[in-house]
Amino acid sequence: MVAVPAPRQVPLFFDRYKRLVIVGGIVLAWLVLWLVFRNFGTLPLDASELTPLHRWVNSVNDAIGASRNSNPVFLYFFNEIRLVIDEFVTFIQALIAQPSFGRPVPMIGWLGVVGIAGFVSLAVAGWRVALLAIAGFVFLGLQGLWQESMDTLSLTLAAVVISLLIGIPLGIWAGLSDRANRVLTPVLDFMQTMPTFVYLAPLTLFFLIGPASATIATLIYAAPPAIRITAHAIRSVPRTTVEASESLGATRQQTLVKVLLPSSRKTIVLGINQTIMAALSMVTIAALIDAPGLGKTVVKALQTLDVGTAFNAGLAIVVLAIVLDRVTTAATERRSLPRWALFSGLGVTGVSVYFSYTYLWAAEFPTDVEIGSSIRQGATAVTEWVQDSLPVITGGFKDFVTFALINPLQALLAESPWFLVALVIVALSFMIGGLKSAVVSAVCLGLLVATGLWQDSMITLASTLVATIMVMVLGVVVGVWMGRSRRADRAIRPILDAAQVMPAFVYLVPFLALFAASRFTAIIAAVVFAAPVAIKIIADGVRAVSPATVEASTALGSSSWQTIVKVQLPMARGALTLAANQGLIYVLSMVVVGGLVGAGALGYDVVAGFSQGQLYGKGLAAGVAIVVLGVMLDRLTQAAAKRWTN
Amino acid sequence: MARHNVLGTVSAGLVALVVLAGCGGAKVGDTSSGAAGDCGTFNLAINPWVGYEANAAVLAYVAEKELKCKVTKKELKEEVAWQGFGTGEVDAVVENWGHDDLRKKYIDEQKTAVSAGSTGVKGQIGWYVPPWLAKEHPDILDWNNLNKYADQFKTSESGDKGQLLDGDPSFVTNDEALVKNLNLNYKVVYGGSETALIQAFRQAEKDKKWVIGYFYSPQWLLNEIKLAKVKLPEYKAGCDADAEKVACDYPDYDLDKIVSKKFADANGPAFQLVKNFKWTNEDQNTVAKYIAEDKMKPEDAAKKWAEANADKVKAWLAKA
Repeated sequence: MVAVPAPRQVPLFFDRYKRLVIVGGIVLAWLVLWLVFRNFGTLPLDASELTPLHRWVNSVNDAIGASRNSNPVFLYFFNEIRLVIDEFVTFIQALIAQPSFGRPVPMIGWLGVVGIAGFVSLAVAGWRVALLAIAGFVFLGLQGLWQESMDTLSLTLAAVVISLLIGIPLGIWAGLSDRANRVLTPVLDFMQTMPTFVYLAPLTLFFLIGPASATIATLIYAAPPAIRITAHAIRSVPRTTVEASESLGATRQQTLVKVLLPSSRKTIVLGINQTIMAALSMVTIAALIDAPGLGKTVVKALQTLDVGTAFNAGLAIVVLAIVLDRVTTAATERRSLPRWALFSGLGVTGVSVYFSYTYLWAAEFPTDVEIGSSIRQGATAVTEWVQDSLPVITGGFKDFVTFALINPLQALLAESPWFLVALVIVALSFMIGGLKSAVVSAVCLGLLVATGLWQDSMITLASTLVATIMVMVLGVVVGVWMGRSRRADRAIRPILDAAQVMPAFVYLVPFLALFAASRFTAIIAAVVFAAPVAIKIIADGVRAVSPATVEASTALGSSSWQTIVKVQLPMARGALTLAANQGLIYVLSMVVVGGLVGAGALGYDVVAGFSQGQLYGKGLAAGVAIVVLGVMLDRLTQAAAKRWTN
Repeated sequence: MARHNVLGTVSAGLVALVVLAGCGGAKVGDTSSGAAGDCGTFNLAINPWVGYEANAAVLAYVAEKELKCKVTKKELKEEVAWQGFGTGEVDAVVENWGHDDLRKKYIDEQKTAVSAGSTGVKGQIGWYVPPWLAKEHPDILDWNNLNKYADQFKTSESGDKGQLLDGDPSFVTNDEALVKNLNLNYKVVYGGSETALIQAFRQAEKDKKWVIGYFYSPQWLLNEIKLAKVKLPEYKAGCDADAEKVACDYPDYDLDKIVSKKFADANGPAFQLVKNFKWTNEDQNTVAKYIAEDKMKPEDAAKKWAEANADKVKAWLAKA
C-alpha cells in the first residue's frame, strides 16, 4: 500500500481476522446442519393457500369497501382531499394537456409550452440547458406523443408540487429534531419499499378512480426522497455556523430562515431532483388505475407485445426525465443572467404563449413532421433481431448462473429449517453490528414468520442477493471506468438515466424471449434498474479521491491496476458501501416486476394479490415481507458500512 | 460583449420569425366540436386485454355514433373496475371471466353491481401446447400421456420435473391441485404475466421448443399461433367445488357483462345497448385481429366491423 499505514490498523486487522474465522465457522456449521435438516421446517405455503392472517386482512378490506358510503371519515376527510387534488391536476391539464374551458385545445399549446420550458430553464439553469429543454420538448412532439407527454407532465408536476409542500416542512422538522427523525425514518422506509401494487386498489377505494388516486400513488413513492434529503441537508450544516448565529442573538426562526435554509439550498434542490425522478418512475404503474398519459400508451402497447410503440412512449418518459434532471441539477449552481436576456426571453415566451392560445398551428403539434413511426419500426426491428439471433447464447448463460449461483443459494436459504436460518442471520448480524443489529434482525425475522410467507421470503432473498452481487460487480467495473475518465462518464451517464426511468416492461419483452420466464430474467431486470444507481455513486466516489493521492501513486510507479485496487477503491469505500446499500434497496423495489416475469415467490404473491380479490390479504402480507426484508438488509449494510469505514 | 450581441440577434430573429409565422394560420375555435346528446355520460371500464378492448371499442363506437352518448373509457384492472361500481365511477364491465369472488362481494354482499347477461362469447381455460408439438406428438394432447414427456419439459426453474408454465395472475388457477391430484411429474412455474406466456409460446413455436402452459381462448395470439388444447379429465358440475381436490378440466365460461346497479336502475339508452349487446367468438376475434395484428386504433377497428355488420348492430339498438 502506498499510503502510510496508521498504527491503529494493526490491532483492527487482528480483530477483523478473528471475526472472519467466526463468520466462517457460522457458515460452515450452517452447511452441516443444512445437510442434516434439509427440507424440514421450511414453512412453505402454496400459491393459492392462505393463512388466517391473510383472511383477516381480506375481511378488513371488504369492510372498509362496504362502509365507504356511510363512513364520515370517507365523506368528510378523504373526499375533501380528493376534491382538492383532482381540481389541481385537472387545472394543470387544462392549461397544457386537455381541451378545456370550452376550447377544443388546451389553454397553452405546444409552442407556448416549449417557450415556457425554455424560459424557465434559461432562468434557473442557463442557456445550454435551455436549448436542451427546447430540443427535448420538441422531440416529444415529433414522436407523435405531445398530448400524452403533457398529461404525464401535468400529473408529475402535481405530484411533485404536493410532495414538496408536504416533504420540505417535514424534512426541516426531521432535520431539527432527532425525535421526529426517529419517527419518520421507518415510515419513509415503508413508503419507499412497500410495493405500489399493494396499495393501488385500496387507493381507488379511498380516493376514487381518477387523477387524485394516481397522484397520491405517485407521491407516496416520490415524497420520501424530498423529506430525507432535506433533513440530511439541514443536519449537515456545520454546528459552528449555527452556534455563531445563535450567539449573535438570532431566534430559532431567524437561524432557520437566514442560516440553515440558505446553506442547505443546494442539497434541497437535489432532493427535488430525486423526487421528480421517482415520480416519473411511477408513470406506468399509475396507468393501471387510469392515470392519463404515456403510461397508458406503454400498458396498451404491451397487451399485444408491441415493443416498438411501448419503446417510443418509454423514450418520451426518458426524454422528460433527462430534461427535468438536467434543469434541476443545473439549478443548484447559482447563476445570474444579464437582465436583457431574461427580458427578451420573457418576451419571446409571452409571444409564443399568445400564439399557442390563438392559432391552431401553434396549439396542436403538426402531424406531418414526425419521427415516432421510425422509432417504432427501429425498435421493433432491433427487438426481433435480438429475439431471433441471441437466445442460443443467452439461454446457456441463464442456465449457468441458475445452477452455479441461484439454485445453491436458494437451496441453502429456503430448504433449511426456518429457525436455523434465523439463528444464522442473527449471529451474523451480531458479528457485523453488535447487539443492536442482532435485535433488529431478530425482530424482522419474527415478522417474516408472522406474515406466513417464510419460504417465499427466502426464495426472494436468494434472488435479491444474487442480483445485488451482479449490481456491485457492474458498479465497480463501470463506476471505476467512469470515475477515471470524463469522456466515459459523459457517454455512459445518459444510458444510465435511461435505464432508470425506461418502464421495465419495455425491455422485459425481449428479455423474456432471451431468458424465458425465470428467476434469472427477474434478476436481470433488477440489475438493469439498480446498477445505474450503484455505478453513479461509485463513479462519484472514485472521482472524489484527491488527484494528488492518485498522482503520488502513479509517480511511485504503480500501474493503473495497482492504483485502482490499492488507492482509489479503498479511499472510495464510503461510496462502495453506499452503493451496496442503495443497490440492495433498488433491487428490492423490483421484486414485484420480477414476479411478472417468472420470479415467483413474494413478487408473484403481490401481483396476484392485486389481481384476485381473495388473494388480497396474502399480497399485502407479501408486501410487508418485502418491506421487512428491505429494513433488515438496509440496517445490516449500514452497520457493516460503519464498521468498515471507521 | 460579442456573445451578448450574438444572443441578442438570435432572440430578436426568433421574435421576428415567430411574429411572421403567427400572422397566418387557422385560429383556435374556428371549427366547433360536436356536443353530447341526450344519452349523457357512459363510463366504460377497459380491462387490460385485447378481447375486452374489442367488446368495449364496438360498444363505445355504437354508443357514440347511434346514441350520441359521451363515452368515457377508464383503463382499469378488474378488481379496481368492480370497486368503481360502488363509487359511481364505472357503469359497465363488458367482458367478465367468471370471477366468482367479485360476484359474491359486489353483487351479493354490497349489492352495487348486477349482471347484464351474456356477451355471447365462450371462454375456455386450459393447458396448451404449441402446434408443432401437437403435430409431432399427437398423443401429448391427452393428459394421460403427459408423464411420458415430463423430461422434455424440464427447465432451469422446474428442477427434475417438467415445467407447467402458469401465470397470468388475473385468472384463478387450479393447476397446482391438478398436478398433485392427477399424479403428474410436473412443477407449476409462475410466469406471472400474459406477456410471459405469449413470449414462451411464440419462442416455442419458432424454435420448436417444448412448452406446456396455462392459456385461454379467445385470445388474439390464437389468430397467429394455433395452440392446441390438452384434454384433461372432463369437467362435471361441482367437480371443482373443493379447490384442494380438483382433478378435472376447467369449466367453459360464458363471458358476461356486469353493470353498476345505479346504471341498470336508470335504464337509459346506454344500459339498453349494453344489455342487448351480444356477438360471437368469431366477431370478437375479427376485431381483436384488427387491433392486435393490423395495429388499428380500437375506434377504427370498431368502425370497420360495425359498418360490415350493420344488421347485428341494428339488433342491439332495436329494443332500445
